[in-house]
Amino acid sequence: MIAAKEIVLTYKENHKKDRYIIVPIIIRRQIERLLEGNYPNEGVGFFYGDEKDNYRIIKRILPVKNVKEGDQRKRFEIDPRDYLQAEKFAEEWSLSLLGIYHSHPNHPAIPSVHDLKRAVPYFSYIILSIENSITQDWTSWRLDEKVKLFEQENLVI
Amino acid sequence: MAKIIIPTPLRKFTGNQAAISTNGNTIREAIVDLTNQHPDLKNHLLDATGQIRSFVRIFLGDEDILSLQKEETMVAESSIVSIVPAIAGG
Ligand SMILES: [Zn+2]
Repeated sequence: MIAAKEIVLTYKENHKKDRYIIVPIIIRRQIERLLEGNYPNEGVGFFYGDEKDNYRIIKRILPVKNVKEGDQRKRFEIDPRDYLQAEKFAEEWSLSLLGIYHSHPNHPAIPSVHDLKRAVPYFSYIILSIENSITQDWTSWRLDEKVKLFEQENLVI
Repeated sequence: MAKIIIPTPLRKFTGNQAAISTNGNTIREAIVDLTNQHPDLKNHLLDATGQIRSFVRIFLGDEDILSLQKEETMVAESSIVSIVPAIAGG
Protein backbone atom coordinates (compact mmCIF):
# COMPACT_ATOMS: atom_id res chain seq x y z
CA MET A 1 0.00 0.00 0.00
CA ILE A 2 1.26 3.44 -0.86
CA ALA A 3 0.78 5.72 2.10
CA ALA A 4 -0.54 9.24 1.57
CA LYS A 5 2.71 10.42 3.09
CA GLU A 6 4.60 10.05 -0.20
CA ILE A 7 2.08 11.51 -2.61
CA VAL A 8 2.28 15.19 -1.76
CA LEU A 9 5.51 17.12 -1.73
CA THR A 10 6.09 18.53 1.76
CA TYR A 11 9.48 20.15 1.36
CA LYS A 12 11.44 22.46 -0.90
CA GLU A 13 13.46 20.56 -3.47
CA ASN A 14 16.92 21.57 -4.65
CA HIS A 15 17.41 24.37 -2.21
CA LYS A 16 20.70 25.26 -0.60
CA LYS A 17 20.74 24.34 3.06
CA ASP A 18 22.08 27.29 4.99
CA ARG A 19 20.98 26.40 8.50
CA TYR A 20 22.85 24.06 10.84
CA ILE A 21 21.71 22.01 13.79
CA ILE A 22 24.36 20.41 15.96
CA VAL A 23 23.53 17.23 17.89
CA PRO A 24 26.23 16.19 20.39
CA ILE A 25 26.85 12.43 20.56
CA ILE A 26 25.30 12.06 24.04
CA ILE A 27 22.07 13.74 22.89
CA ARG A 28 22.10 11.69 19.70
CA ARG A 29 22.28 8.45 21.68
CA GLN A 30 19.53 9.60 24.06
CA ILE A 31 17.14 10.40 21.22
CA GLU A 32 17.90 7.18 19.35
CA ARG A 33 17.46 5.03 22.45
CA LEU A 34 14.13 6.67 23.29
CA LEU A 35 12.66 6.52 19.80
CA GLU A 36 13.91 2.99 19.16
CA GLY A 37 12.18 2.06 22.42
CA ASN A 38 8.91 3.51 21.12
CA TYR A 39 9.03 1.34 17.99
CA PRO A 40 6.70 0.38 16.29
CA ASN A 41 4.90 3.47 17.58
CA GLU A 42 5.96 7.03 16.92
CA GLY A 43 7.85 8.63 19.78
CA VAL A 44 8.25 12.35 20.38
CA GLY A 45 10.00 14.91 22.52
CA PHE A 46 11.29 18.46 22.78
CA PHE A 47 14.84 19.67 22.53
CA TYR A 48 16.53 22.72 23.94
CA GLY A 49 19.73 24.56 23.37
CA ASP A 50 21.30 27.74 22.12
CA GLU A 51 20.99 29.55 18.86
CA LYS A 52 23.41 31.88 17.14
CA ASP A 53 22.93 33.15 13.61
CA ASN A 54 22.24 30.06 11.48
CA TYR A 55 23.45 27.58 14.09
CA ARG A 56 21.46 25.71 16.69
CA ILE A 57 23.15 23.43 19.20
CA ILE A 58 21.14 20.96 21.26
CA LYS A 59 21.96 20.86 24.97
CA ARG A 60 19.08 19.00 26.49
CA ILE A 61 16.00 16.98 25.59
CA LEU A 62 12.60 16.38 27.17
CA PRO A 63 10.83 13.21 26.07
CA VAL A 64 7.04 13.48 26.21
CA LYS A 65 4.23 11.01 25.80
CA ASN A 66 2.63 10.44 22.45
CA VAL A 67 -1.02 11.00 23.43
CA LYS A 68 -2.50 10.36 20.00
CA GLU A 69 -5.61 8.24 20.46
CA GLY A 70 -5.75 5.20 18.23
CA ASP A 71 -2.94 4.10 15.95
CA GLN A 72 0.34 5.62 17.08
CA ARG A 73 2.38 3.98 14.35
CA LYS A 74 1.60 6.84 11.98
CA ARG A 75 0.64 9.74 14.21
CA PHE A 76 1.82 11.64 17.24
CA GLU A 77 0.26 14.27 19.39
CA ILE A 78 1.56 16.18 22.40
CA ASP A 79 -0.63 16.93 25.41
CA PRO A 80 -1.04 20.73 25.68
CA ARG A 81 -0.13 20.46 29.38
CA ASP A 82 3.17 18.84 28.45
CA TYR A 83 3.74 21.70 26.03
CA LEU A 84 3.04 24.26 28.76
CA GLN A 85 5.51 22.47 31.02
CA ALA A 86 8.09 22.33 28.24
CA GLU A 87 8.00 26.12 27.90
CA LYS A 88 8.43 26.47 31.67
CA PHE A 89 11.53 24.25 31.57
CA ALA A 90 13.05 26.45 28.87
CA GLU A 91 12.80 29.39 31.23
CA GLU A 92 14.04 27.39 34.20
CA TRP A 93 17.04 26.01 32.30
CA SER A 94 17.77 29.30 30.50
CA LEU A 95 17.75 27.46 27.19
CA SER A 96 15.74 28.04 24.05
CA LEU A 97 13.03 25.59 23.14
CA LEU A 98 14.33 24.83 19.67
CA GLY A 99 12.08 22.13 18.36
CA ILE A 100 10.63 18.66 18.35
CA TYR A 101 12.04 15.26 17.49
CA HIS A 102 9.84 12.37 16.40
CA SER A 103 10.16 9.03 14.71
CA HIS A 104 8.89 7.55 11.48
CA PRO A 105 8.60 3.82 12.10
CA ASN A 106 9.09 1.98 8.79
CA HIS A 107 9.04 5.23 6.86
CA PRO A 108 11.72 7.49 5.42
CA ALA A 109 12.85 10.55 7.41
CA ILE A 110 10.85 12.88 5.21
CA PRO A 111 8.14 15.11 6.68
CA SER A 112 4.66 13.72 6.18
CA VAL A 113 1.60 15.67 5.09
CA HIS A 114 0.44 15.62 8.71
CA ASP A 115 3.78 17.03 9.84
CA LEU A 116 3.36 19.86 7.36
CA LYS A 117 -0.26 20.51 8.23
CA ARG A 118 0.52 20.93 11.91
CA ALA A 119 3.96 22.53 11.63
CA VAL A 120 4.58 25.68 13.64
CA PRO A 121 7.07 28.41 12.74
CA TYR A 122 10.57 28.59 14.19
CA PHE A 123 10.82 25.02 15.51
CA SER A 124 13.29 22.58 14.02
CA TYR A 125 11.63 19.24 13.31
CA ILE A 126 14.05 16.37 13.68
CA ILE A 127 12.84 13.11 12.16
CA LEU A 128 14.37 9.67 12.70
CA SER A 129 13.53 6.85 10.37
CA ILE A 130 13.39 3.60 12.35
CA GLU A 131 13.10 0.05 11.12
CA ASN A 132 12.95 -2.97 13.42
CA SER A 133 13.91 -0.80 16.39
CA ILE A 134 17.07 0.41 14.66
CA THR A 135 17.65 4.00 13.53
CA GLN A 136 18.23 4.25 9.79
CA ASP A 137 18.40 7.96 9.14
CA TRP A 138 18.25 11.44 10.72
CA THR A 139 16.95 14.61 9.11
CA SER A 140 15.95 18.07 10.33
CA TRP A 141 13.47 20.53 8.86
CA ARG A 142 12.03 23.95 9.39
CA LEU A 143 8.78 25.39 8.09
CA ASP A 144 9.04 28.06 5.42
CA GLU A 145 5.83 29.92 6.17
CA LYS A 146 5.75 31.81 2.90
CA VAL A 147 5.53 28.74 0.69
CA LYS A 148 4.13 26.42 3.39
CA LEU A 149 6.78 23.80 2.81
CA PHE A 150 9.57 22.41 4.95
CA GLU A 151 13.11 23.48 4.32
CA GLN A 152 15.81 20.98 5.20
CA GLU A 153 18.56 21.89 7.68
CA ASN A 154 22.11 20.60 7.84
CA LEU A 155 22.38 18.10 10.65
CA VAL A 156 25.78 17.91 12.33
CA ILE A 157 25.79 14.60 14.19
CA MET B 1 -6.33 42.98 31.82
CA ALA B 2 -4.12 39.95 31.59
CA LYS B 3 -0.57 38.98 30.87
CA ILE B 4 -0.32 36.67 27.87
CA ILE B 5 2.61 34.27 27.60
CA ILE B 6 3.68 33.83 23.99
CA PRO B 7 4.95 30.36 23.01
CA THR B 8 8.48 30.22 21.59
CA PRO B 9 7.40 29.55 17.95
CA LEU B 10 5.34 32.75 17.87
CA ARG B 11 7.82 35.10 19.55
CA LYS B 12 9.19 36.21 16.22
CA PHE B 13 5.86 37.97 15.74
CA THR B 14 6.15 39.89 19.02
CA GLY B 15 9.69 41.18 18.57
CA ASN B 16 10.91 38.32 20.79
CA GLN B 17 8.80 39.37 23.75
CA ALA B 18 7.73 36.37 25.82
CA ALA B 19 4.95 38.14 27.72
CA ILE B 20 2.55 40.87 26.61
CA SER B 21 0.19 42.88 28.79
CA THR B 22 -3.26 43.13 27.25
CA ASN B 23 -6.55 44.91 27.82
CA GLY B 24 -9.91 43.18 27.90
CA ASN B 25 -12.13 41.45 30.41
CA THR B 26 -12.37 38.08 28.70
CA ILE B 27 -9.97 35.70 26.99
CA ARG B 28 -11.45 36.69 23.64
CA GLU B 29 -10.95 40.43 24.28
CA ALA B 30 -7.42 39.86 25.53
CA ILE B 31 -6.47 37.81 22.45
CA VAL B 32 -8.01 40.39 20.11
CA ASP B 33 -6.10 43.14 21.89
CA LEU B 34 -2.92 41.07 21.54
CA THR B 35 -3.44 40.72 17.79
CA ASN B 36 -4.07 44.47 17.54
CA GLN B 37 -0.76 45.12 19.29
CA HIS B 38 1.05 42.54 17.14
CA PRO B 39 -0.87 42.16 13.86
CA ASP B 40 1.48 39.47 12.52
CA LEU B 41 0.13 37.14 15.20
CA LYS B 42 -3.41 37.39 13.91
CA ASN B 43 -3.18 34.69 11.24
CA HIS B 44 -1.65 32.28 13.70
CA LEU B 45 -4.26 32.76 16.42
CA LEU B 46 -7.54 33.59 14.68
CA ASP B 47 -9.29 32.11 11.68
CA ALA B 48 -11.02 34.12 8.93
CA THR B 49 -14.15 34.51 11.07
CA GLY B 50 -12.20 35.81 14.05
CA GLN B 51 -12.49 32.61 16.10
CA ILE B 52 -9.52 31.19 17.96
CA ARG B 53 -7.98 28.53 15.73
CA SER B 54 -8.62 24.92 16.66
CA PHE B 55 -4.89 24.12 16.82
CA VAL B 56 -4.35 26.88 19.36
CA ARG B 57 -5.10 26.10 22.98
CA ILE B 58 -5.43 28.74 25.67
CA PHE B 59 -4.68 28.22 29.35
CA LEU B 60 -5.68 30.50 32.20
CA GLY B 61 -3.06 29.68 34.79
CA ASP B 62 -3.02 25.87 34.74
CA GLU B 63 -6.57 25.49 33.41
CA ASP B 64 -7.47 24.87 29.80
CA ILE B 65 -10.19 27.42 28.96
CA LEU B 66 -12.12 24.57 27.30
CA SER B 67 -12.90 23.38 30.83
CA LEU B 68 -13.84 26.93 31.92
CA GLN B 69 -16.07 29.30 29.93
CA LYS B 70 -13.95 28.99 26.77
CA GLU B 71 -13.30 32.35 25.05
CA GLU B 72 -15.75 34.09 27.40
CA THR B 73 -13.70 33.14 30.47
CA MET B 74 -13.13 36.28 32.53
CA VAL B 75 -9.61 37.52 33.13
CA ALA B 76 -8.28 39.80 35.84
CA GLU B 77 -5.26 42.06 35.96
CA SER B 78 -3.29 39.36 37.73
CA SER B 79 -4.28 36.65 35.22
CA ILE B 80 -1.59 34.73 33.39
CA VAL B 81 -2.84 33.47 30.05
CA SER B 82 -0.72 31.02 28.04
CA ILE B 83 -1.03 30.34 24.34
CA VAL B 84 -0.24 26.70 23.57
CA PRO B 85 0.19 25.39 20.04
CA ALA B 86 -1.38 21.93 19.81
CA ILE B 87 1.60 20.00 18.49
CA ALA B 88 0.95 16.95 16.36
CA GLY B 89 2.12 15.21 13.22
CA GLY B 90 2.58 11.91 11.56
ZN1 LIG C 1 6.48 12.89 10.87
